[in-house]
Amino acid sequence: MMVMTAEQAVTWVEKTNALIQSNKEYLTELDQAIGDGDHGLNMSRGFQEAEAKVSSSEYETVGGVFKDTATVLMSKIGGASGPLYGTAFLKMSMFLRDKPSVTQADFAEAVEEALNGMKQRGKAEQGEKTMIDVWHPVADFLKNGQNVNAGKLVEVAEQAMEGTKDTVATKGRAAYLQDRSKGHIDPGSTSSFYLFQALADVWEEGE
Amino acid sequence: MANTGIVLISHSPKVAEGTRDIIAEAVKNVKVVPAGGTEEGGIGTSAPKIQQAVEEADDGNGVLLLYDIGSAGMNAEMAVELTETERCHVAEDIPLVEGGYVAAVEAGMGKSAEEIIASLRKSFRLE
Repeated sequence: MMVMTAEQAVTWVEKTNALIQSNKEYLTELDQAIGDGDHGLNMSRGFQEAEAKVSSSEYETVGGVFKDTATVLMSKIGGASGPLYGTAFLKMSMFLRDKPSVTQADFAEAVEEALNGMKQRGKAEQGEKTMIDVWHPVADFLKNGQNVNAGKLVEVAEQAMEGTKDTVATKGRAAYLQDRSKGHIDPGSTSSFYLFQALADVWEEGE
Repeated sequence: MANTGIVLISHSPKVAEGTRDIIAEAVKNVKVVPAGGTEEGGIGTSAPKIQQAVEEADDGNGVLLLYDIGSAGMNAEMAVELTETERCHVAEDIPLVEGGYVAAVEAGMGKSAEEIIASLRKSFRLE
């Protein structure tokens, strides 16, 4: 059984930022292939600022960490990922509210709320070559109860990200390319994979 | 009587400001506020920046938001959720420059944001 404390939530943001920073160029390359090429820069700026904010503040709750993260991402990312990642963290913070510690079941529901919020915000469904393609299977996996572990989480997220390669985009900037969007991994799915990889790292350390 | 305010959202500050300038030639009695670019003035859009523009454009009769591409529509919706300004509406799928001009002319005639959206959807053959 995994739980999350406010301290771990901060570590999650820090670890995500580290992964985004070291893969900034790669995210840019992916986005140059099928988008407007700003995903690496936008995500690196957004998570840099988010880390700076949450690392320098004191938190009692996971919800508090997520709320600040949401506010920073919303205002600092600048691309489509700003309102989407902002909505994800905002929905999680609204669901978790003042809970001092978050159980795995709480967290699974929070991720489900985040997914629904993003689908509504982006008017997107699974299978359109967007970050939803990673969030959807991850949310389903987390609801899985006792079978949830860090290694499996990475596996599910990675497989979902790789799966976007063969999909034709029907949402987002890549949709304008139609069939030409095929053969490229979706940049938003990749940054979402880093987010869940960082989460798995946090869980592994906590075991 | 106060008129409906207009917010012009573009990925580029220049596009938003330029569109405002085109409208200002013809319409003098409507608050038209550009909200282009990121907080740092780069290419992109920002919900808090749009929210600020909405509050500036509001004269008590509501605000209509027009946007260009990609994330702009999502950030426009987010700004509407963030602000306490009442009667804010996003004009979905309406071209920024042409639609912004028509919207400002209609706002100048005293129409509400809802009425302007209905008329824009007709003008641009979305209905």
